[in-house]
Amino acid sequence: MMRRVPWALLVFLAAFSVPALASRFYTFLANDVIIWALFATSLNLLVGYTGLVSFGHAAYFGIGAYTTGILMKKLGLPFLLAFPAAGVFAGACALVFGFFCVRLTRIYFAMLTLAFAQIVWAICFKWNEVTGGEQGMPEIPYPSFDWVDRVATILPFVGGYRTSDYYYFTSLILVGVCLWLLRRIVHSPFGRMLTTIRENAERAEFIGVNVRRYELAAFVLAGGFAGLAGGIFGIFNRGVFPDFAYWTKSSEVLIMTLLGGMGTFYGPAVGALVLLWLNQQIVSYTEYWPLVLGVILVLLLFVFPGGIVGALSDLWRRLDRRRRHA
Amino acid sequence: MPDLSFVFAQSLSGLTAAMFLFLIAAGLSLIFGVLRVLNFAHGTFYMLGAYSAYQFVQWLGPGPGTFWVAALGAALAIAALGGVVERLLFRHLYGKEELYQLLFTYALVLILSDVAKIIWGTQQKSLSRPPGLTGSFSLFGATIPFYNLFILLLGPAIALAFWFVLQRTRMGRFIRAAALDRETLGALGVNVDALYMWVFVLASFLGGLGGALISPMRAIVPGMDTEVIVEAFVVVVIGGLGSFWGTFLGAIIYGQVLSFGILFFPRFSIFSVFALMAAVLIVRPWGLLGRPLR
Repeated sequence: MMRRVPWALLVFLAAFSVPALASRFYTFLANDVIIWALFATSLNLLVGYTGLVSFGHAAYFGIGAYTTGILMKKLGLPFLLAFPAAGVFAGACALVFGFFCVRLTRIYFAMLTLAFAQIVWAICFKWNEVTGGEQGMPEIPYPSFDWVDRVATILPFVGGYRTSDYYYFTSLILVGVCLWLLRRIVHSPFGRMLTTIRENAERAEFIGVNVRRYELAAFVLAGGFAGLAGGIFGIFNRGVFPDFAYWTKSSEVLIMTLLGGMGTFYGPAVGALVLLWLNQQIVSYTEYWPLVLGVILVLLLFVFPGGIVGALSDLWRRLDRRRRHA
Repeated sequence: MPDLSFVFAQSLSGLTAAMFLFLIAAGLSLIFGVLRVLNFAHGTFYMLGAYSAYQFVQWLGPGPGTFWVAALGAALAIAALGGVVERLLFRHLYGKEELYQLLFTYALVLILSDVAKIIWGTQQKSLSRPPGLTGSFSLFGATIPFYNLFILLLGPAIALAFWFVLQRTRMGRFIRAAALDRETLGALGVNVDALYMWVFVLASFLGGLGGALISPMRAIVPGMDTEVIVEAFVVVVIGGLGSFWGTFLGAIIYGQVLSFGILFFPRFSIFSVFALMAAVLIVRPWGLLGRPLR
């Protein structure tokens, strides 16, 4: 019975009502959450499904953000072009970096992804003419929403929102499409093969799978989707800054993925929601959010290594078993 | 082409930076070599070393030997902290997946750096150079502070002492054996648990000492931990994770590349060290002087 309900679709549709029902602040928070949800889910494709621990995933997020930002602000391109460009360019960079990374195993893989991410960060930090350097690039314009007024003359219920609300709807649709695509990828034969590689790369090699090529494909896809998330985020954040690609961002998104539950499809999205909501709650009490986050992380690693979704599904299974015994 | 005295000065400043990096990276490399954990929190120990040195100087008040007592006290305090952290938390990580290890040490970074913020605030702190080493002298047209000279001499001295401990003492032999095969060593009757703790204590001591000694040269600020740990990663990766002389070589290369990078291509100096790290990982993932992992 539980399985039949299209929960994801319901949540997606319910999310459209946020600007109408809740304050401007919650719309902002929801927008933040959905972008990070996409970013974390893209990382999960690597860490959770393929078993490759990337410590430099923020690089592709940063590349995407800069791509969209530069194209829209400096070249005046429309969002419709600048947004896919973020995914394409981040994916292309992931192809180049990933080509070298997938040749390494375990800790060396993590170190090389970190090195590449720091290279990206250093370029963003220093290349003043293009990226704005240390100061970043503020005032990225919103996409144009003029057409909404014309639509509103026919369908009056779409009119009357703020620009930031329209941007929220846009992000929601884009993130929804991206998550749907990622879900298709994970459940495709290709995605199954990634899981096989995670479980036993050697055996996958024996049955004739080109493990490196699969890993590289996963790396490029993960990078591309992270780039799309970055492209949405730069505009949402009203600016792009070098620390988008700094290594601490990579660990933040890893924490989200782990908190929600690796290897479960919606885990990272849940992790993004919980972490950002907690952050917003706790920051109003104390400035020591990192301390709280660190404690949460230690508890998570020692007590709930499966994350929230893992713990919940354990609980569900246990209750189910008890009910059957009774 | 800039004149030679400038090149000389630049090279010396690179060497001085290298000595600090060596102190920090040596501990990182030791922990990885023996315990097989990549410790992000090592940079935080370095930062806490700097703050502790500042705190000891505050307590002791001015005096001729204050700085030295404070530096040693700070290093010992961080060594003790390292021991406690290893006993209570770290030992649950051995043999677990990399992701758990990395994220756990990152959690320590978050917790300890906020604790430092609670104790010492966000205002930057600084220490003055110890009396007797405040001046400077000229060599080949370059001005060299005495304190830098002291660091330039201390770095190799510590490297040699460390190497001596590893190669020539009973403890050092056990450490090297533990890096190769923990279980056999345990079967031979060595208390490997205690040994791991001492390795961690020694590594933390070096990190804390590095932080304490750098405090007269650089301001003590929050965030110095996440900055230095990435530098230390670059050093150990270039030299070879777990390789002792590799770490020394890596530190020297890092220092030179950075200081000459600033001289010739100021824009791309940070870029060049990370590019070097990536290049080493691509060509020789186990580093210049390291050995491939089994």
